[in-house]
Amino acid sequence: MAARKTKAKPNISAQELTQYYEDMLLIRRFEEKAGQLYGMGLIGGFCHLYIGQEAVVVGLEAAAEEGDKRLTSYRDHGHMLAAGMDPNGVMAELTGRIDGYSKGKGGSMHMFSKEKHFYGGHGIVGAQVPIGAGLAFADKYLENNRVTFTYFGDGAANQGQVYETFNMAAIWDLPVIFVIENNQYAMGTAQKRSTSSPDFYVRGEAFGIPGEAVDGMDVLAVKAAGQKAVAHCRSGKGPYILEVKTYRYRGHSMSDPAKYRTREEVQKMRQERDSIETVRSMLLTGKHASEEDLKAIDKKVKEIVNASAEFAKDSPEPAVEELWTDIYA
Amino acid sequence: MATEILMPALSPTMEEGTLAKWMVSEGDTVASGDIIAEIETDKATMEFEAVDEGVIGKILVAEGTENVKVNSAIAVLLEEGESADSAAATSSEPAPQEASEPAAETPAPAAEAAVPAAPISPAYDSTPDWPEGTELKQQTVREALRDAMAEEMRGDDTVFLMGEEVAEYQGAYKISQGLLDEFGAKRVIDTPITEHGFAGIAVGASFGGLRPIVEFMTFNFAMQAIDQIINSAAKTLYMSGGQMGAPMVFRGPNGAAARVGAQHSQDYAAWYAHIPGLKVVMPFSASDAKGLLKSAIRDDNPVIFLENEILYGRSFDVPVLDDFTVPFGKARIWREGSDVTLVSFGIGMHYALEAADKLAEEGISAEVIDLRSLRPIDYETVLASVQKTNRCVTVEEGFPVGAIGNHLSAVIMERAFDYLDAPVINCTGKDVPMPYAANLEKLALVTTDEVIAAVKKVTYR
Repeated sequence: MAARKTKAKPNISAQELTQYYEDMLLIRRFEEKAGQLYGMGLIGGFCHLYIGQEAVVVGLEAAAEEGDKRLTSYRDHGHMLAAGMDPNGVMAELTGRIDGYSKGKGGSMHMFSKEKHFYGGHGIVGAQVPIGAGLAFADKYLENNRVTFTYFGDGAANQGQVYETFNMAAIWDLPVIFVIENNQYAMGTAQKRSTSSPDFYVRGEAFGIPGEAVDGMDVLAVKAAGQKAVAHCRSGKGPYILEVKTYRYRGHSMSDPAKYRTREEVQKMRQERDSIETVRSMLLTGKHASEEDLKAIDKKVKEIVNASAEFAKDSPEPAVEELWTDIYA
Repeated sequence: MATEILMPALSPTMEEGTLAKWMVSEGDTVASGDIIAEIETDKATMEFEAVDEGVIGKILVAEGTENVKVNSAIAVLLEEGESADSAAATSSEPAPQEASEPAAETPAPAAEAAVPAAPISPAYDSTPDWPEGTELKQQTVREALRDAMAEEMRGDDTVFLMGEEVAEYQGAYKISQGLLDEFGAKRVIDTPITEHGFAGIAVGASFGGLRPIVEFMTFNFAMQAIDQIINSAAKTLYMSGGQMGAPMVFRGPNGAAARVGAQHSQDYAAWYAHIPGLKVVMPFSASDAKGLLKSAIRDDNPVIFLENEILYGRSFDVPVLDDFTVPFGKARIWREGSDVTLVSFGIGMHYALEAADKLAEEGISAEVIDLRSLRPIDYETVLASVQKTNRCVTVEEGFPVGAIGNHLSAVIMERAFDYLDAPVINCTGKDVPMPYAANLEKLALVTTDEVIAAVKKVTYR
């Protein structure tokens, strides 16, 4: 088992690349809007934005097939949109309204869609990791030939249950891809202060789980690594680890002033490595799209996001009877 | 059209703040994500980003201004080609009112509308667990539990058993004896010693369409897994708006065994019974062990199934029926009586029944109720009995603070206060970690003598 960094890039059509641009832009604009609604008091509690990390979910969803499952932590809006969940339903859940995916009873951190095979939205750091392996366990048991993308962050990667899960996933050859989204900060703690070795992708070695590091600001690199991981899992070889190196532009949650890093660090990342800008310039320099084409996409995305905000404001709060429903099946 | 940039709330509790610094000037072009200002609250300074592209037409609140109300307009953003003048007009009046609207909306339902009451429990059900004349056989609790799992596994391929030593070792307490042979390694799965991890995997498997039975070697070790049990298994149905839940069973021995000390001798009944979204059962007899476990495996919710090591080897009558189940939320009256109601569950029933026998010799007639399930609880049977006997003593092995008996006392006080001729007494384990020494261990547990003394107190004998 050799852990290695991948440089492979797939052949890709202009149409696909344009789609990734649109998908990533939708997440970014959606999150900006969510931040705005939070500022207006329409979204309460905790709200963790995904801005900066868009290429991770868009790249990996491009490697998934219908029926594959995914789940993640509380920083989950991007994963839901990438999985094809309706922006209206997600935004209405953020505002705590009846048309939200959880009827307003889950909120930003606890959202699910059986239809889109999105299994949360988990508020306890690391708890989704064994659950993801459990979904893979069920798929193996039922002989579904499906894989589960189990996302967690560099912070969660230090939780004990992650390694309990690696062990069992390896023993039982579970078709699960552990996607470590390394955005370099576990809330306010930089990776070098929390983590004894710099690489997470090697952490499966003790269990015989192959892993690789991926540039998470490059959607095509993410997709290529995702395809490799999917092929590994689907062929019955057991789990696979992808450490996707990414960056979150905003604070940990809305109420995080992010004083643990410099503004220059963030600005440098945004200016030099931004995944959306990278694809944008690929499209333009390769003449796969014109400025007008991209403007039209920007406009379309903006309309979708604005509509979701209106929908989320107009949707009523859950009826008081909802207090007592969905406690027992 | 010109839009107003509003003073943002940076936390759910923020009402106003200081506009510390403008990072842009009038006439600057901004794009989504650009930092435009720094906002200071009592806790922190935060950067504030533009959410739209445009030109900063007018700055309405100068930097350094304190006590700027959340949602008041602080600047005007123009679209390309618009002038600041035309925007100024739109910006002046309607903004604050519109902006304060959501704040006014939010506190509504909880404060104004009365919280609707929880549904009322069904009326008292006194039907027997099996029809009269049913053939009975003597069976141990251990055998009854195994039979329940085997029968359900035969009937439903998605049911599987996982836990430490459940397969090749045949169960640490031999509850799963023979299951590996019958169902194979796919469905009877030995796990590593990793409770948190395998409980989480089982929760995920239940989300994925299976019906796991998780055996904890004892419930003491389930504390390693309790986050998965409560935060993941019990709450997901609610948090998903009813889309997905965890149809699964967590089972294993609970409470004191014998001479195993503090870390291996705790009754978790009250802990789990506290949690909405869980069902909790704690059988005493073999027939209840079988009938309740079969119900638990079929239930679409996470069920905590609390067994007892000391009871595993005890034999009881079990009906010989093809498919015998016991419903949740239905207490069983073991003994009818008229002077006092003894309410217990699990191994507590041992003390309650023994006390009732001895009390009968002294002419005190005790009615003995086995709750069997602690969530839901059959309040109706308890209340009906208390209305008849006017006295109640609860018996359990757990710690006294926040005990099931405490809860029952409160319910009886609320709903049958006028029927009580004496305060309800809770007989519980002592408020100490379980000692190892044989004499001290005996003192730490609830005893039959304590139950008898409590009954004499409430009957003023």
